[in-house]
Amino acid sequence: MRIASLFLVLGGAVILLAAAQAQQVPAARSAGAAQQTPAPLIPAPVQVPPPQAPPQRATLKIVVLDPAHGGTDPGARGTGGMRESEMVLSLAAQIRAALEKQGFSVLQTRQGNDNPSFDDRAAMANAQRGAVFVTLHIGSTGLPGSVRVYTLPDFPAAAPAPDGLLAWDRAQAAVLPLSRKFAELAQAEFAQRFKGSPGSAQTAPVRQLRSLAVPAIAVELSSVSVEDSAVLEQMGPGVASAIARAVAEFKAVYDAAPVPGARP
Amino acid sequence: MNPRWRVWLVAGLAAAVAAGAIYFPVLRRRIQRAARLQAQSVEQARRELSQPVTIAPGEPRVKAQLFWASREEDGGLAAVTVELPLAKEPVLRAKQVLNTLLAGPVDAELRTLPPDAALLEFYLLPDGTAIADFSEPLATSLPSGIESEKLAVESIARTLEANVPQVQRLKILIHGQETETLAGHLDLTDAFAVKTGSSPAPAAPGAGPGAATPAVVAPAVAAAPAAGAPAKLTPGTAPGKLSPAEKKP
Repeated sequence: MRIASLFLVLGGAVILLAAAQAQQVPAARSAGAAQQTPAPLIPAPVQVPPPQAPPQRATLKIVVLDPAHGGTDPGARGTGGMRESEMVLSLAAQIRAALEKQGFSVLQTRQGNDNPSFDDRAAMANAQRGAVFVTLHIGSTGLPGSVRVYTLPDFPAAAPAPDGLLAWDRAQAAVLPLSRKFAELAQAEFAQRFKGSPGSAQTAPVRQLRSLAVPAIAVELSSVSVEDSAVLEQMGPGVASAIARAVAEFKAVYDAAPVPGARP
Repeated sequence: MNPRWRVWLVAGLAAAVAAGAIYFPVLRRRIQRAARLQAQSVEQARRELSQPVTIAPGEPRVKAQLFWASREEDGGLAAVTVELPLAKEPVLRAKQVLNTLLAGPVDAELRTLPPDAALLEFYLLPDGTAIADFSEPLATSLPSGIESEKLAVESIARTLEANVPQVQRLKILIHGQETETLAGHLDLTDAFAVKTGSSPAPAAPGAGPGAATPAVVAPAVAAAPAAGAPAKLTPGTAPGKLSPAEKKP
């Protein structure tokens, strides 16, 4: 009995000792941390950014590809059952591979047969920094095998809001000169590869481009009126390499330009 | 039951069945006719109500310029001069030239507008904003695509520009409604600038685009400088309220 009491007392003592040590460790750690960052006795001087700091430049590294239409909206339809929404999706996959080979990150506004709204597609691009937007279309008309590039025509930008935000429905106006440069580079590439393509980019009030705050172009291939879809499928590699090359050339222009949409 | 009454009952029933069999085809035809009448759309009724604008033979014949697709230039328009007895009153004149444009050229391949599209109404506001209300086939029968939709709107705008100098801007409605796009691509939320004069340069837009522009947006500043090809189709000044303030006879 005495031996059992002795063991009980010893056991209790050991438990108490261990608990005391466990409490000391965090205390010691917090004390060490306090030593590393002592509370300042004198208030530190407030750091003021240097006046007229040079604006940060964005580097072009992201391409947002927009296979147009989708879901219940098939887009242009050919007599042979061709659907624009399906053709541009497979075209986007080829362009994506070519761009990733060049080192660009690629986002797609849709991966499958869904139909995000114009604004949802624009929001995806507008959330990126250092991005361009390419919306892909296949028209119903035009010389078969040709490609046209469009930007918005001139339209007035809204006066900058006091908080520096751009008006959503006129966001493209702020970057229209950059979009035009991008479009000219892309159209030149297409003109080299596809006979019958115009030599210079065109303008049209394409709804999808309006709310984009990044350089944006619309690319339209001709056309779903061809009887054999192989004609359009054969254009895929050429379109992909033309866009990848145009983006690579435009990167030098973009990286040297002021931050798109920045206030003066 | 008395056997005599039973005979009368059976005979009466047989007569009723025979009468029903004779009347059934008549009834069926009447139901089908009623269904056809119900299926007639509001647009068709509206089209029937609106008076067709015909070329008045009494008016002096003038050379009107109509813009259809170009045979030489892919994606371009070509002016075709046609002698028509056009009215001097701008709304009537605009209806006449647009109906002639919709009727199409001699070569149907050079059409820019679907053959089943119709001009439902045309208004001209005092500030020079024209509102052209087309039937639904303008959107549903037009081949979908940026180029085809651009050609359609340009052919309307340039035909108005050439023949109705009072028109400064053009707003397109489809079946009386504002729509976001024509056939999935071209933005119809704005009025288009209808240029005057022979210069191909775009007309300088005045205020901001979009009748639906939020009120918080401040007045527009100058447009960004053009670096590319000259625009042929330019969103113009918002027409403001789109109610037909002045409908001239």
